[in-house]
Amino acid sequence: MRVHVDPELCQGHNRCYAIVPELFDVDDEGNAHELNDGVVPVELEEKARLAVANCPEFAISISE
Amino acid sequence: MTHRPPVRDWTNDFDHTDPRWVADPYPIWEQLREQCPVAHSDRYGGTWLPVKHEYVAEVAYDTEHFTSRSVVVSEVRPGDDDLPAPIGVAPPITSDPPFHALARRLLLPAFGPKAIRGLEPYTRALCNGLLDRIGDRREFDASVEYAQDIPLRVIARMLGFPEEDADQFRHFIRLVLESVDATAEERQAQVNAGELDAYIDARIAEHLEHPRDDLTTFLLEATLDGEKLHPDHVRGTMVLLMIAGIDTTWSAIGASLWHLAQHPEDRARLAADPSLMPTAVEELLRAYAPVTMARLVAKDFDFHGCPMKQGDWLLLPFPAANRDPDVFPHAERVVIDRAENRHAAFGLGIHRCLGSNLARMELQTALEQWIRRYPEFELAASDNVTWSAGQVRGPRTLPLRIR
Repeated sequence: MRVHVDPELCQGHNRCYAIVPELFDVDDEGNAHELNDGVVPVELEEKARLAVANCPEFAISISE
Repeated sequence: MTHRPPVRDWTNDFDHTDPRWVADPYPIWEQLREQCPVAHSDRYGGTWLPVKHEYVAEVAYDTEHFTSRSVVVSEVRPGDDDLPAPIGVAPPITSDPPFHALARRLLLPAFGPKAIRGLEPYTRALCNGLLDRIGDRREFDASVEYAQDIPLRVIARMLGFPEEDADQFRHFIRLVLESVDATAEERQAQVNAGELDAYIDARIAEHLEHPRDDLTTFLLEATLDGEKLHPDHVRGTMVLLMIAGIDTTWSAIGASLWHLAQHPEDRARLAADPSLMPTAVEELLRAYAPVTMARLVAKDFDFHGCPMKQGDWLLLPFPAANRDPDVFPHAERVVIDRAENRHAAFGLGIHRCLGSNLARMELQTALEQWIRRYPEFELAASDNVTWSAGQVRGPRTLPLRIR
């Protein structure tokens, strides 16, 4: 599984970084990006799905 | 203050200052969602009201047909001459693209999650200080004695204002946000009185003389395209931070305590499992989102069959979007462990609340410290809870009894 933040859609709500900082980080302006090329370890898959489901801007996508 | 006639029909005569809306807007929005997802009213010179999440989002993303030049509905519309468009009186909230992005980018780092984390210890100590001051009294007004002072003092600290100016802050907030009912003449008289400008000018003068590490000095020294910010820009942003940063979070803390006072099962879960708090905070923000924004229609166009005219107001009720059952299962229920929660309490699109990280930190800290001190409390039956009128909704008196 991989996650990806669309920088055009992200408005810095910071939900993904709050839920799973192992997979996302934010820059100085609070905009999010995925870590480690978005690769999701198996044990974090559930949290990755939660990050997607809590993004108000629908900015995060998952690919299997 | 003028006295408006009671609303006859919410679909074509709504008024967000009507006592029924102020006391409990949720049934009104629910009714409108079924009857008429975009309501209209001739009040305030013509106002629209979308109540479905889909339409609220569409407006928030459409900066071509809707301008943010004014975001508080009142009897007075900004004329083309009053506001230095596209900056607006309080950049960046009143700014449109492309200026908006420049003004916003300047402020974002000060409000990013990592910067805000640094304010958490101060906020925690502040909350505990307020609780200590309440002492062992069993009944008190939690809106005035707790909820209000938290954002007020945090913002004062961020701007580098004297803490003893707290009472003046309260007065300014009422002036700007709770005077929608005022006539054009009354509002103009308030503006002419110039109290707020005079206060801000005094703080600016003080900071120019003694620069320090706070947001006021930051704004005074900041540059856009190599030029210092226009004095109107600095003043407008300072007013924005004061106004937008205080009664919003005050409302969210108060509404959350109001909910918890009436839901012993939620209190018990939070007291037993503090790790639930971040999820609970999101649900409380969804259910009791305090802020309804507004836009002005920028040009005539048809919005889902509604003939919108340039200069019409549009109320943008994120709290109504958050209660849309098409997006949130059991939207009317507060489910404090709701795991999937794309709520729009902080808005959507380019105007996402700049202070959202700060507000979340303050709300979470305020509730954590409260629950630790007072796991058992209820509404004091002898008194009534009152709610603010206007576009920021929260309890203004909240008499609680500690058990």
